[in-house]
Amino acid sequence: MSPGHYLALSAILFTIGALGVLVRRNALVVFMCVELMLNATNLAFISFSRMHGNLDGQIIAFFVMVVAAAEVVVGLAIIMTVFRTRRSASVDDVNLLKY
Amino acid sequence: MISAIQGAPVLAAEVADKQAGEPFFFWLLAIVSVSAALGMVFMRKAVHSALLLATVMLSLAALYAIQSAPFLAFVQVIVYTGAVLMLFLFVVMLVGVSSTDSLVETIRGQRFWAAVAAIGFVALLGAGLANAALGGTAGLQQANAEGNVVGLARLLFSKYVFAFEVTSALLITAALGAMVLAHRERMGEKPTQKVLSKRRFLSGDHPGPLPGPGTYARHNAVDMPAMLPDGTTSVLSVNPVIAARVDTAERHADLHGSTAEEAVERNVRDVKAVTAEAADADAEGRVAKPGTRAAGGNEGEGEAGS
Repeated sequence: MSPGHYLALSAILFTIGALGVLVRRNALVVFMCVELMLNATNLAFISFSRMHGNLDGQIIAFFVMVVAAAEVVVGLAIIMTVFRTRRSASVDDVNLLKY
Repeated sequence: MISAIQGAPVLAAEVADKQAGEPFFFWLLAIVSVSAALGMVFMRKAVHSALLLATVMLSLAALYAIQSAPFLAFVQVIVYTGAVLMLFLFVVMLVGVSSTDSLVETIRGQRFWAAVAAIGFVALLGAGLANAALGGTAGLQQANAEGNVVGLARLLFSKYVFAFEVTSALLITAALGAMVLAHRERMGEKPTQKVLSKRRFLSGDHPGPLPGPGTYARHNAVDMPAMLPDGTTSVLSVNPVIAARVDTAERHADLHGSTAEEAVERNVRDVKAVTAEAADADAEGRVAKPGTRAAGGNEGEGEAGS
């Protein structure tokens, strides 16, 4: 399999994640879609690593995973705090900064 | 889009680390992951989305393993599917499993334009990929000669050691941030047992604990409603989630009678006989009972009896 196939799969998964972020209203599902986008980029990094024959791409994917883990912890804490005060996990209800 | 890329001449380039079974597994995992990802976006319940995300992540882990990244494949399974997704599921359970997304569009035409944007984006990426001179695959045999983990460690602790150290600061910040966000300052005095007890009686509801499932019933399974002194079953004694499953009677036809209804009827008859005897023996003691039953506030119609 050539790297093109893997990159195409990665692009498709990334687009599905972006579509989910645009379409979904539940903050949790939006967050899951962001995770999907991060995973898709990891796949691209690992494909590039194999294509170039060095491990730098895998290191970058590793760092992406670390950052994603930290991001999930803080993001879910924010979602919990918003849910506690507003009794809702919908992104439509959090529009206070708009006005 | 894949066919467009396949048509590009760059794909004819040689792949240094050819594996015999790779195309089969690639296409299998690609189909599984893309359909699971689509399902994740279009499922209405957050739990279903989380489970489908787990599917995507596991198939991506397998794809990493195929592409000679065994360490990252394991990290993907342990960190993503193990830790991150469980965290997601915890929050989904806290926020409410039964909540579903409303299908009302808050911005007019949002879905249509989102779909247009997605198609445009994938076309853009596809065009970029098709035009890129990707060249052949060098393969990782040389880099992984000492083993994938050793190769990664050599890079991580030499070339990327600064980024690695900065990561620790990031993780500490994230942990602190999560603690600060999740912490709730107590606004008033902590209610004592006395205060709680008073509050319970002031509300006018049933002050005591609800009857436990299986009390005086045929047996003490959690889905078996309790028998009240007059022989009827108490709806209050069964957890609403369990009570929603109406097959309670069918699953306990094992003790008396040939059918579930018969069993329940016979049980009710027995209890009524016993309570009638008790009523004859001690009339005053039985009179007090209906009062406490009314406080329970149930109609005495168990689903087991139906």
